[in-house]
Amino acid sequence: MFTILGIPGPLLFGQLLLGVINGAFYAMLSLGLAVIFGMLNIINFAHGALFMMGAFVSWMLLNYLGIGYFPSLILSPLIVGVFGLVLEKTIISRLYKLDHVYGLLLTFGLALVIEGLFRNAYGSSGMPYRIPDALQGATNLGFMFLPNYRGWVVLVAIVVCLATWAIIEKTFLGARLRAATENAPLVQAFGVDVPRLITLTYAGGIALAAFAGVLAAPIYSVNPNMGSSFINTVFAVVVIGGMGSIMGSIVTGFGLGVIEGLTKVFYPQASATVIFLVMVIVLLAMPRGLFGKAV
Amino acid sequence: MTGFSRVQMIGVALMVALIVLAPSVLYPVFLMKVLCFALFACAFNLLIGYVGLLSFGHAAFFGMGSYVSAWTIKHWGITAEVAILLGGATGAALGLVLGWLAIRRQGLYFAMITLALAQMVYFFCLQAPFTGGEDGIQQVPRGKLFGIVPLESDMTIYWLVAFVFLAGFLLIHRIVHSPFGQVLKAIRENEPRATSLGYRTNDYKLIAFVLSSMLAGIAGGTKALVFGIATLTDVHYSMSGEVVLMTLLGGLGTIFGPVMGALVVTAMENYLAQFGAWVTVTQGVIFMVCVLAFRRGIIGEIGAKLKVTL
Amino acid sequence: MLEVKGLNAWYGESHILHGVDFEVRDGEVVTLLGRNGAGKTTTMKSIMGLVPRREGSVRYNGTETVGLAPNFIAKAGIAFCPEERGIFGSLSVSENLMLPPIVAPGGLSVDEIYTLFPNLRERAGTSQGTKLSGGEQQMLAIGRILRTGAKMLLLDEPTEGLAPVIVQQIGRTIREIKARGFTVLLVEQNFRFAATVADRHYVMEHGRIIDMIPNAQLEANMDKLHDYLGV
Ligand SMILES: Nc1ncnc2c1ncn2[C@@H]1O[C@H](COP(=O)(O)OP(=O)(O)O)[C@@H](O)[C@H]1O
Ligand SMILES: [Mg+2]
Repeated sequence: MFTILGIPGPLLFGQLLLGVINGAFYAMLSLGLAVIFGMLNIINFAHGALFMMGAFVSWMLLNYLGIGYFPSLILSPLIVGVFGLVLEKTIISRLYKLDHVYGLLLTFGLALVIEGLFRNAYGSSGMPYRIPDALQGATNLGFMFLPNYRGWVVLVAIVVCLATWAIIEKTFLGARLRAATENAPLVQAFGVDVPRLITLTYAGGIALAAFAGVLAAPIYSVNPNMGSSFINTVFAVVVIGGMGSIMGSIVTGFGLGVIEGLTKVFYPQASATVIFLVMVIVLLAMPRGLFGKAV
Repeated sequence: MTGFSRVQMIGVALMVALIVLAPSVLYPVFLMKVLCFALFACAFNLLIGYVGLLSFGHAAFFGMGSYVSAWTIKHWGITAEVAILLGGATGAALGLVLGWLAIRRQGLYFAMITLALAQMVYFFCLQAPFTGGEDGIQQVPRGKLFGIVPLESDMTIYWLVAFVFLAGFLLIHRIVHSPFGQVLKAIRENEPRATSLGYRTNDYKLIAFVLSSMLAGIAGGTKALVFGIATLTDVHYSMSGEVVLMTLLGGLGTIFGPVMGALVVTAMENYLAQFGAWVTVTQGVIFMVCVLAFRRGIIGEIGAKLKVTL
Repeated sequence: MLEVKGLNAWYGESHILHGVDFEVRDGEVVTLLGRNGAGKTTTMKSIMGLVPRREGSVRYNGTETVGLAPNFIAKAGIAFCPEERGIFGSLSVSENLMLPPIVAPGGLSVDEIYTLFPNLRERAGTSQGTKLSGGEQQMLAIGRILRTGAKMLLLDEPTEGLAPVIVQQIGRTIREIKARGFTVLLVEQNFRFAATVADRHYVMEHGRIIDMIPNAQLEANMDKLHDYLGV
């Protein structure tokens, strides 16, 4: 068995892989938060709860309707996305004229309601979600065994992140979105239905969170707390990256996952706190965040 | 007491009377819980109500205060008032560090940073040996006040808790009505303007933050003595959420709102405790209703009806 | 074509427009003159629905637009070029140009816009609209609303702070688009420039229209105008 810096290779690569996977979730969640923040000027505290809801919906689709993993990957984000759409239309849109803090408070309450309802219905212990047959097993990469499902998650997450980036940075719709983020009234005065754009943005960000939830279901057990255990770390990721840049969110998310994974190898005691320590360092060195613009 | 309007004086008198009379009707332990949370909420309100800073990490100060009071009284056998003061000192010291970091950013970022920093404190408490991990610090003795008065009786410690609460409540009032408090208000109204008038606004914000976290630490320490236990619940972010809820429900920026909010939320939780996660759901619903339709809170609404500041 | 009657507007508590009345007929170029703070920009924003509160009547081709959201006003065929130009830094020059949706047929093609403003063609690849010079930004801001097919253009101080050559170019552009049948409401501080393009001039003061001078009578009214504008 080979070692690197005195650490057995498989251990190192195994933790690194776990780090990349966590990073994938950080990236997808912080991406959605950043896009929503740009358009709606609210921090969507319910993001973790909606991530959890994505996982639960896929579990329900499987257990109540017999709909498997791959259709779920599309259906669950759609269902949760529609839920987000309704939320924005009925509740969140009432807040735009108020201090931004109210958006945080409202979505915090929303997260409590969603998590509480799922905890009432399903308890806190968590339920397994089987890895689909096509992605069972592992592949020998020579230096380590890569469980196929984990490889799949990393791959899909990267594709989805890059697709989101491309939609926002390279398409016509994305140009409207960026413009509305800068100066929504003017964009509306050009004839663009900005309120609808805002609704779609919220729904899109939510769908992305739900998609991440479906990916997460076979890795972490499906349980009502899976979102809240992520979301606090994701806030730190957002502070570190700054919310000004899409690519920044992606890079920061994956990077911090890797840092966390490496910490688990070299100094496990700090693995839970390392991202927060990075946040402290970034706050001291560059208060706007690595990719942040002026706020 | 200077600085109170006539109506507010009546309010204070009423509150004191209720504190004195309530133990003959309600369980003192319940009332002490309310008073501890009321002080915690008043401390939080000092920031959001008078400086406009939303801290989403106040559980860190409450919880660490609670741990330090519990640990010191249990292992060093110090007197009760010293243990409580140590809780306050812990809150202040931690507040100095976290506040110093967080005030670098404003608005929603400030809220996220305080949340994240408090989460770091939570993970620290989860792992540090002195907190007892998942079990917490249990069987904490109440000790003796000044080393003389035993506090084992609920009624005896009740008066101590009532005193601590009132002292904190009046201190906050003094702070808000001092020249220092006027600057805080100016910062809340318009920070760039306060800066252009020559105030070092960050220093003011930091001092307010430290005062608030000190009082939160005192509240946590007091609670640890009353219940004889300090656990992870006290540093968990849902505790931060709870204090936001109490203040919001009672009325942001009102004098009596946090007290009223603490009373209502604590009573509700006691009542709903048997229904499991419905507590969380109810809290969430209250949050949403308050934000959507009831932003002045209970006391704020009453004040608006009577056309007075409460 | 555009008929403004008893228009009032507020920013929060401050009442800015106090019953503004004027009209712009089909194919005309009409200016709003007035000192700083008279309410010219607010008038334009009120027409577009961009003020927090407005009352009164703004009819466009007979349709009442007070009460409509800005996007519907734009769809009715009114396009707005704001005083601060409103070029987006997160959009490239061509994205800025293509941003406003087409609301009606009959707008200029991109090629025609580049013919009017040759500089823009050269800078089309620039990745941030805000990297253009002030003059180029102004051309872009005017150019992009010519694409949309809106027939009524609101231009808020398009010559402000620009070099004389560019002011002349903008003057040519306005005459050109008038010749193509567009209608223009123009806010100007510089009435010498206004005289070269406009048919009529309205003078604003303290949120009211206080006078109307046809361009042909401008010379005769010079003293009065100097008085109004305090120059
Ligand atoms: N966003 C705003 N909030 C409050 N007052 C404003 C705002 N914009 C303009 N004003 C006030 O409205 C008045 C008219 O302004 P404006 O329409 O911009 O004048 P003009 O374009 O003629 O120079 C001024 O007194 C100005 O101070
Ligand atoms: Mg103007």
